[in-house]
Amino acid sequence: MPAANADIIRQLQREILPLQGFKPPTAGKAVDFHLGPIAAAFPNQIFPTGAVHEFLSRTPPQSAATNGFLGGLLAPLMKNGGACLWITGKRTCFPPGFSIYGVPPDRLLFLDLPKEKDRCWAMEEALKCEALTAVIGEISEIGFTESRRLQLAVEQSRVTGFLLRHNPRNPGTVASVARWEISPLPSEPEEGLPGIGFARWQTTLLKVRNGRPGSWVVEWSAGRFQFPEEAAQITTLQTHHATRKHRTG
Amino acid sequence: MTTKSYTALWFRHLKTDWFQLKQPALRDKPFVLSISDHGRKLVAAADPKAESQGIFRGATVADARAIIPGIEVLDDIPGLSDKLLGALAEWCIRFTPIAAVDAPDGLLLDTTGCSHLWGGDQAYLQAILTRLQARGYDVRGAMAGTIGTVWALTRFGRQAVIPDPAHQRDELLRLPPAALRLETVTLDKLQKLGLVTVGQFAHMTRSVLRRRFGQNLLRRLDQAFGREEEFLQPLQPVEQYQERLPCLEPIATATGIGIALQRLLEALTKRVQKEGKGIREAQLKAYRLDGKIEHQKIATNRPTDNAPHLFKLFELKIQEIEPDLGIELFTLEATKLEDLSPVQEELWAGDQGLETRPIAELLDQLTGRFGSGCIRRYLPDEHHWPERSIKPAQDLSEKPAIPWRTDRPRPTILLPQPIPIQVTAPVPDYPPLLFRHQDKVHQIKKADGPERIEREWWLEEGPHRDYYCVEDQDGARYWLFRSGHYTGDRDQQWFLHGYFP
Repeated sequence: MPAANADIIRQLQREILPLQGFKPPTAGKAVDFHLGPIAAAFPNQIFPTGAVHEFLSRTPPQSAATNGFLGGLLAPLMKNGGACLWITGKRTCFPPGFSIYGVPPDRLLFLDLPKEKDRCWAMEEALKCEALTAVIGEISEIGFTESRRLQLAVEQSRVTGFLLRHNPRNPGTVASVARWEISPLPSEPEEGLPGIGFARWQTTLLKVRNGRPGSWVVEWSAGRFQFPEEAAQITTLQTHHATRKHRTG
Repeated sequence: MTTKSYTALWFRHLKTDWFQLKQPALRDKPFVLSISDHGRKLVAAADPKAESQGIFRGATVADARAIIPGIEVLDDIPGLSDKLLGALAEWCIRFTPIAAVDAPDGLLLDTTGCSHLWGGDQAYLQAILTRLQARGYDVRGAMAGTIGTVWALTRFGRQAVIPDPAHQRDELLRLPPAALRLETVTLDKLQKLGLVTVGQFAHMTRSVLRRRFGQNLLRRLDQAFGREEEFLQPLQPVEQYQERLPCLEPIATATGIGIALQRLLEALTKRVQKEGKGIREAQLKAYRLDGKIEHQKIATNRPTDNAPHLFKLFELKIQEIEPDLGIELFTLEATKLEDLSPVQEELWAGDQGLETRPIAELLDQLTGRFGSGCIRRYLPDEHHWPERSIKPAQDLSEKPAIPWRTDRPRPTILLPQPIPIQVTAPVPDYPPLLFRHQDKVHQIKKADGPERIEREWWLEEGPHRDYYCVEDQDGARYWLFRSGHYTGDRDQQWFLHGYFP
């Protein structure tokens, strides 16, 4: 009986997911983000595109780290020549900083709007435009109703939206598929080398709809996301295995 | 060839009518407008009551005062009639696109193909005259096939619609020679010879007429009888791509304006499409009942013939149109057009880059609402100085002339203005040990640098910058620079310029 129940529940979940906006990517369109263990936190083990993600940040270094992580996400999204609209209040974003992530800065369109309300409107309109690959909106104070409108827009157009919320007064509930917080971590320089190593972040998934929140250490090196902790685990396991083999052999 | 049709309007008391409109108290008493001429005052215009007593233009004010004691004398306003005629001609554009001023007291309208909208020539002329008379102008009008004929009919003949050329001829022959718009010398000569109607000399041999009265008489005769084409100088140049929508009932609601706009756009885009062009700029004019004209303009980033998209752009502006009592005519003109190359349908819809129609349409919508300066795209520029390393792109199709550099670390957040910080640096040219920013002390654990960037002396003068990438105890990464060489005694030479991810 319990086995049958679990089967029914799994079946129901599979039916509910598309209704909640988790549509599996169409064939040949799946994008590999190299998110490894983070992707596993999402339903279907796929980082959801065509949805709205929310990023919280409190300090400028956190915003910079969020930008870096976003760069890593945008690069595979935009690799087929797509364009991205970035809606800012006060432009501090420096386009050349993104070329290292493989995002062509000339394909980022910036829209400067000082009013939060205008940014909301613009983001909704932009999310309805299917020709865009991604829309990034710096909207700190957004209510549930407004975010629901964004969600409805992306469900139609399958554009990926990123909400950057810097120091929101009240994070509240927002209709987003996931809520992230990216904080910088001290880098680990290569052995024997001076200076700063690869950018490293503590990536926290505070909320995931139908997924498992968690926290991971992510490093950007060799043009993709790397997971140093996991790698360390694997190497320790391998050495452990090797020593055991050696002993038995 | 289609038969032409012209309408002439003659305002007999243009200036005095206007004074009466402005000062209703003048309606009941005779008055004249005066101008100073060589130290005496002349009558520039007299109202109908004064004219009935024998006071006409050109008489002296003293004579007028002698005929009607206590007559009101007002100062004439120079250039008034031109201004009034200009305004009236503009108002007449609701009846025909080609309206011209016929100084000093008339208007000429090219009404070819316009009258069917009002249900026939007679009703059309009557509509114009009634509307003008209701506004308080003493106006006469006539409609016929040549400019010369209509001019003559309004001033000397009957207010009628005469479409038939034979009838026009008969009418003209009965009129005095002054109806032919001749100069006074010629008129005097004709008078002296006893030629008091056009019919008396119209059949004479051309060479005889030319020798006695000059070429001008022949020209005027030809123009009046339609043997020579005469052209109007329209008040507003007629736009080649213009659509008009007169309304039976005045429209005063946003929904109504929307429907009118949709119809106009469909008609205009259909026309533009046929010629392989796209609209870059369009202007909507709404002619209000009270004579005011509301303008709304839109512009697009790329030529388009997509009516729903253009409607969306106008939709944002409908609220700004004030219909007041109502709008009786809409015109939509394409003020800027460009060739539109046909687009191939995409077989594989997907990421198509920047130069796609939906993106251009989205940007049109955004610029329409927020102004044109709010959207920016950047291209690399050949400068090392961070602030100058990017330049705004001119349009969506511009490609980077040089590749983006990735060999030097650049932050993702760059402060528009570097913030001064206090640092402790042990050795000159070494990265600092710690820095203080916003009352927080950051211990620097790791650092890269320096990367020296010289100021471009041909652009501006000042010290160079030595940039360091540093990481503090929390792992936050910063971009700091020291302005100029280490001097030891100078404060405030370290700055925070950006944040690395």
